[in-house]
Amino acid sequence: MSEHDKPLKKVCIICAKGSIEDVYATLVMANGAVMEGIEAKVFFTFFGLDAITKKQMNKLHTATVGNPAMRMPGGLPFPTILGMLPGVEAGVSAMMKSQMEKLDIPPVDEFLEMITAGGGEIYACKLAMDMFKLTKDDLHDQVSGVLTVGDFYAMCGGEGTQIIFT
Amino acid sequence: MTEKLIAGKTVQVNEEGYLTDASQWNKEIATEIAKELEIELTDKHFEVLNFLRDKNAAGEPLTIRKVGKSGIVDIKGFYDLFPGGPLKYSSKIAGIPKPVSCV
Repeated sequence: MSEHDKPLKKVCIICAKGSIEDVYATLVMANGAVMEGIEAKVFFTFFGLDAITKKQMNKLHTATVGNPAMRMPGGLPFPTILGMLPGVEAGVSAMMKSQMEKLDIPPVDEFLEMITAGGGEIYACKLAMDMFKLTKDDLHDQVSGVLTVGDFYAMCGGEGTQIIFT
Repeated sequence: MTEKLIAGKTVQVNEEGYLTDASQWNKEIATEIAKELEIELTDKHFEVLNFLRDKNAAGEPLTIRKVGKSGIVDIKGFYDLFPGGPLKYSSKIAGIPKPVSCV
């Protein structure tokens, strides 16, 4: 059976982490799906909620400590002790965002708008919302609703559907 | 690469049906490719197509975000004009290569 016999029709993407790379992996995959005419439903939970929380969404960071793939511009190793210094993580994160902007990758809020403009749907996890004491008002306008995991699974049926955990 | 007769004109296309030479394009070809994709072209469509062709000629990489900021349509409008694949369908109709973009 080739991939053309059963094309991908829907992706259900779960994001549970709040670093730049985890959130953007989710957003790029969701947006890429709707651009190809594939239905996309995105579920943010735990620290992933930062990506849809108004106060946090455009201030995401990437970890400069405990990240072995972290390198200096030019490819030299990035000493962990440097990553601990105040301001370094913010600086590195700002640099990553500026590099992405050059490739026309938008800030998180605009990215969510791009996804929903294409018919994608964004959801928040009820359990994590309760845990972090968040309400619907704390979330960005593009969030369609707050769901239990059961509600989310109920949306993930149908032939040609894949669940992706980023 | 193969030759294909579109709207009475023989053009070079790749295996996905994208024109390989943007200068062979004309409005009739656009209309016929659009018909294959079940899209009826309006003036608004042509505004977008001309924008894409200009950017492509200038060597600028194309993204849906760029179209959304073009002042011609917003991103939702772009999806409405070319349902199911705004960037790939509009590029195909515009006679330019399929953008190698993830956004």
